[in-house]
Amino acid sequence: MSDSNQLLVRRIRNGTVIDHIQYGRAMFVLRALNITGKEGNVVTVALNVPSSKHKKKDIIKVENRFLEKDETNKLALIAPHATINIIREYRLVEKRKIVLPDSIVGIFGCPNLNCVTNSEDIKSTIDVIDKTKIVMKCRYCGRALTVNELVS
Amino acid sequence: MGPEDIQVGNFFNRDVVSIKDFSRKDLEFIFSCTDRVASLKPHEKAELGKGRTLGYIFYEPSTRTRMSFEAAMASLGGSSIGIFDSKTASVEKGESLADTIRIMDLYSDVIVLRHPLDGSSRFAAELSKHPLINAGSGGEEHPTQAMLDLYTMLKVKKRIDGLNIGIVGDLKYGRTVYSLLYGLSNYDVTIHLISPPTLSIRKESIYEAMKDLKIIEHENLDDRILSDLDIIYVTRIQKERFPDPQEYEKVKGTYTIDTSILGRAKSDVSIMHPMPRLEEISHSIDNTENAIYFKQAAYGKELRAALLALILNERLI
Ligand SMILES: [Zn+2]
Repeated sequence: MSDSNQLLVRRIRNGTVIDHIQYGRAMFVLRALNITGKEGNVVTVALNVPSSKHKKKDIIKVENRFLEKDETNKLALIAPHATINIIREYRLVEKRKIVLPDSIVGIFGCPNLNCVTNSEDIKSTIDVIDKTKIVMKCRYCGRALTVNELVS
Repeated sequence: MGPEDIQVGNFFNRDVVSIKDFSRKDLEFIFSCTDRVASLKPHEKAELGKGRTLGYIFYEPSTRTRMSFEAAMASLGGSSIGIFDSKTASVEKGESLADTIRIMDLYSDVIVLRHPLDGSSRFAAELSKHPLINAGSGGEEHPTQAMLDLYTMLKVKKRIDGLNIGIVGDLKYGRTVYSLLYGLSNYDVTIHLISPPTLSIRKESIYEAMKDLKIIEHENLDDRILSDLDIIYVTRIQKERFPDPQEYEKVKGTYTIDTSILGRAKSDVSIMHPMPRLEEISHSIDNTENAIYFKQAAYGKELRAALLALILNERLI
């Protein structure tokens, strides 16, 4: 992070920093991780932070919570280029990129209201068919799905 | 298992859920088997499904598709049982699709399912131990219709590559169109889609097919397009698909294929229709060489018979 960013967002002692979130997506990330603020820990959200790579980005710092890998699965769609930094005692102990899984089971409902997954007792299964453009497909109805359709 | 993993000939016990699961090689194999099965003597054919039962479950009425499957199974010496009136069936008592499938699976060697929800066949095929054939699911899948459409083109035109195909009518709600486009995406064809803007194709539903197809969209079937077409595939504008009846009244009969249209088309243009038709094809052309929709229905039975024979038998004769 550059110096100017450090002024915006304070360092944290323990917790997770989600960096390089595509700007405008921070609120979706919070929702996907079920961070409401009611948990009581300090959550810092920075929007439209200048970024060398993508001009602008969002950053979220969640204190005293260490994101597990299965949670980052959810972010693969919302913030595929984000990096997860796990901080313990002010030190970066783990840095990981979010990897798009081949399929996402049971997290997002199929937005196609006519899809059988919305009527019968089935776990929704979304297959990723194009990892660069991030195009997905419901395994059952076959509908091609964009991130916006799944997340909003 | 992806389509490329399937060995030609490996159709025994295979589900037929989506046309997308079938490669060109698979389709060509089915077509050549259709020729073979169709040429058998009745008593030879009647060995292929002898003592076997086809169980159909139709959550939507489709007399023609059901009859075609029943006739196909009968020609193989097998029998059919099933549910086709969802009002009297247990379906109305709220039994889940899953339970209905599990029960039918106990009574039959192959299941044929028609269901209004997208993905219902994929789900049912996962549940049933016996192979399942999708006879129309949701808004987009009708794989055996697409196969018989392709087979008809091949029989009548002697080729599919290089054809100019116009698809006319309700492209938004017509489930046969989506399956047909995916089937055609295995071939080198040019597709003209002709529909009113309110009934144009749903792009998100043909995302994968668009990579392989030359598709041109039009609002009108004008002479310039007409004179290019080798096949005009006409679809019914279905009243029940319209949320607003006034919208239906506005567009029905927009593109009626009649002698005047034939006069302006290629002399050997072929007119296809998945049937049943309403006003979109004039009866005045029924007896022309160009009208091949009855042939198409006949080929449909042959193709379904061959498909059933392939699914029910480890080897064909
Ligand atoms: Zn779906």
